[in-house]
Amino acid sequence: METKELICIGCPMGCNLTVTVEDGDVKSVTGNTCPRGAEYGKNEVLHPVRTLTSTVFVENRGNMLPVRTDRAIPKECLFEAMKRVNAVTVKAPVSIGDVILSDFYGANLIATMNVL
Amino acid sequence: MTDTNVTKARLVIVGGGPAGMAAAIAAYDAGVTDVLLLERGNALGGILLQCIHNGFGLHRFGEELSGPEYAARYEAEVKKRNIPFLTDTMVLSVDPDRTVTAMNSTHGVFSVKADAVVLAMGCRERSRGALSIPGKRPAGIYTAGTAQRYVNVQGYLPGKEVVILGSGDIGLIMARRMTLEGAHVKAVCELMPYSGGLNRNIVQCLKDFDIPLMLSHTVSKIHGDTRLTGVSIAEVDEKLRVKPETEQYIPCDTLLLSCGLLPENELTKEAGIPLDAITGGATVNEHRETLTEGIFACGNVLHVHDLVDFVSEEAELAGKSAADYILRGARKAASPITVKPAGKVRYTVPQRIDGEGEDVRLFFRVGAIVDNAVLTVKQGDTLLATKKKRRMTPGEMESFVLPAAKLAGVSGELTVCVESEGK
Ligand SMILES: Cc1cc2nc3c(=O)[nH]c(=O)nc-3n(C[C@H](O)[C@H](O)[C@H](O)COP(=O)(O)OP(=O)(O)OC[C@H]3O[C@@H](n4cnc5c(N)ncnc54)[C@H](O)[C@@H]3O)c2cc1C
Ligand code: SF4
Repeated sequence: METKELICIGCPMGCNLTVTVEDGDVKSVTGNTCPRGAEYGKNEVLHPVRTLTSTVFVENRGNMLPVRTDRAIPKECLFEAMKRVNAVTVKAPVSIGDVILSDFYGANLIATMNVL
Repeated sequence: MTDTNVTKARLVIVGGGPAGMAAAIAAYDAGVTDVLLLERGNALGGILLQCIHNGFGLHRFGEELSGPEYAARYEAEVKKRNIPFLTDTMVLSVDPDRTVTAMNSTHGVFSVKADAVVLAMGCRERSRGALSIPGKRPAGIYTAGTAQRYVNVQGYLPGKEVVILGSGDIGLIMARRMTLEGAHVKAVCELMPYSGGLNRNIVQCLKDFDIPLMLSHTVSKIHGDTRLTGVSIAEVDEKLRVKPETEQYIPCDTLLLSCGLLPENELTKEAGIPLDAITGGATVNEHRETLTEGIFACGNVLHVHDLVDFVSEEAELAGKSAADYILRGARKAASPITVKPAGKVRYTVPQRIDGEGEDVRLFFRVGAIVDNAVLTVKQGDTLLATKKKRRMTPGEMESFVLPAAKLAGVSGELTVCVESEGK
């Protein structure tokens, strides 16, 4: 049995988690204030995931549109994912929640600002 | 606007960030619909518009939103109520009699006479940390927030080889952002023996990318003539003096400064509103009313928040209190309570308690890391409340509620103290 001390990144509270691992499986997560922490602790030990936020260029406005994945994607894919994000441009109008890229490492890349 | 360029509004709000918007909505919902919201930027939303990372709104909405999404929810509420707002409008002064003078290209300079004013100007980055570094001032040195605007709004990466001085959240967020955009962030130097940023940002912005966080380190020299070519960094001793023998050279083309935020209180000072020397914001009571009657303050202009959710909550309180003041008049206690920080507590907000019969939530920050922290609230030797926490850090705002029942009959001074258990 092995224990890992982690800091939950689920929200700015940053709870100190203790995750117990046995035979490659998570036995318990303690120290979390809410259920998200338990999920984070488990994922972090087994297969870490992160939400990616970035921007894409708005062709007909000349500025940037902020985007994010609508769920966390595997951490090891972040740099590869950035290449795909930087290869995309969009045209206004765009609304919050519009899908910019679908089937994106198990998530959608969505707009996070309204550009009229 | 009339010919004389003086108009009236029951409530004027200075600043259209999350604090200003939440205050406007709360005042409107409390019955004061004649509100005017003034914002110098070209849109409502404040600093959130450049904070494209996620982590906003978990407490409020139970969702992890990006800054622009959080701002858009409040903007939609402002628009739904048809609350009048002016963007591209700079407030020039606020008088203690609650006349607000502002300027924009449509109306020129104009004044608004208000029954109450809410200050919500937010904060700006300290650049002080950089002033004392020897060397020239070549191109390539930015505050982290400026770099954030370049990258996230203008789509321009200010450099490729980066050193960051200061471990405030904006610096940490920018370390990750620039790394993902292909820059090499070589080190984050922090003068203090602890980080000023949230733990979650140390994990997800530095550790995830193997960016070294060098505590008790500072930038001791700046190299380069027209463009930055490198910096020298060195360890500091307990008195924060550079240890010359530890100096090392790091080639880089960009230095970001993330040395903390400072409430933007020029208007407040000029109005003669008393400030708290520690927070850099106004001294307020539990309604977020300053010591100048009818003028309220909330959000980062009052004290630096790390969580926008708390900004919104505080702003709703200020907006509602301003509406109460307008509709029902002043409610000053005959004998206000002064709240004094003690032990490891650096400051509290509010600093005064004026009313009676209401629970009061006190916010505070500690000045050093405190393990096995014990919080005590006392009047003289009488213990009113106590609370324990495994760890308190300067980077995180703490709060607790003082129940009305405990406050009944209390007058004079309350001390709020944090010490390590056993001390
Ligand atoms: C880089 C960064 C990262 C952050 N990360 C997080 C996070 O992950 N999660 C989280 O919950 N919170 C985060 N925060 C905190 C949150 O963004 C702030 O607490 C919040 O934006 C403060 O709101 P505010 O309305 O007080 O100030 P601001 O957003 O700064 O708004 C103030 C407004 O007032 C206007 N103004 C100022 N002076 C005048 C004047 N004279 N006339 C007219 N208008 C004026 C400004 O233009 C601005 O729009 C972060 C903050 C920063 C800077
Ligand atoms: S456990 Fe819950 S409250 Fe604690 S940091 Fe994680 S998400 Fe936040």
